[in-house]
Amino acid sequence: MAVEGPAAARPETPQNREQRKGVIMENTNEMSLEFDSRSLNEGFVRVAVAAFATQLNPTLEEVADLKTAVSEAVTNAIIHAYEKQVEKIRIDCRVRGREMEVEIVDHGVGIPDVQKAMEPMYTTKPEMDRSGMGFAFMEAFMDELRVKSEPGVGTTVWMKKKFGCQSGQNDLSGDA
Amino acid sequence: MNSLFQIRDNCMTIRVPEELDHHNALPIQQEADEVMMNRDIQTIVFDFRDTSFMDSSGIGVLMGRYRAIQRKGGRIQAENVSDRIEKILQMSGISKLIPVNRKREWL
Repeated sequence: MAVEGPAAARPETPQNREQRKGVIMENTNEMSLEFDSRSLNEGFVRVAVAAFATQLNPTLEEVADLKTAVSEAVTNAIIHAYEKQVEKIRIDCRVRGREMEVEIVDHGVGIPDVQKAMEPMYTTKPEMDRSGMGFAFMEAFMDELRVKSEPGVGTTVWMKKKFGCQSGQNDLSGDA
Repeated sequence: MNSLFQIRDNCMTIRVPEELDHHNALPIQQEADEVMMNRDIQTIVFDFRDTSFMDSSGIGVLMGRYRAIQRKGGRIQAENVSDRIEKILQMSGISKLIPVNRKREWL
């Protein structure tokens, strides 16, 4: 896309050259949300993150992938981290170049064995009809996933997705 | 009983809402269990015609109903799924257990 219009037409001064350099060097954009761990908020939060991602001109599929991954992480925090308590969940999003990082932070019960929790079909709440596919979906729909957790302290889920390339589509169908 | 549920003879059709997440799954699970307790349901049809979003909570809803109807020797199917929903069902492996029929598109 060609840069035209008033900004491009303005004469170059040392000052606006510095400003433009700043924009180019700090090519990031951040957004944070803090919300109550109520299931009602699951829809709102994934839509908010998807709306923030529109600056990356995502495909419909990329938007759906991002929404699903965010929904999984937020649902985990609501169901597992805080169980029946209403506490705060924080989500930080950062766009850098063609990538988006999303971090979901809770201060809930924590996960004693993260590796175990991430196994497909593993769930601590089968009686609630939980499928145990949450982390598997996050992994499949994003390009990177890191989970840090400490019992009694809380859990941080960090995910990254690249936009504009057909990556991050790991097929899980063989694991069923 | 809400309008999402339609019962004819021993077939229960559940019209899945636009978004099937944990929040929307809870009332569907409760209602389906209640119907199954009071009636001899042999077939469950999940109609996904209105549904554009589903996460692993939706897989849980289907799996739970699949197990319940298996015990009674009944069957379960998913109808009118979009590309996205089909993908989610395939990734979870549940499409190996229950028949999935795609949404008919007008060309």
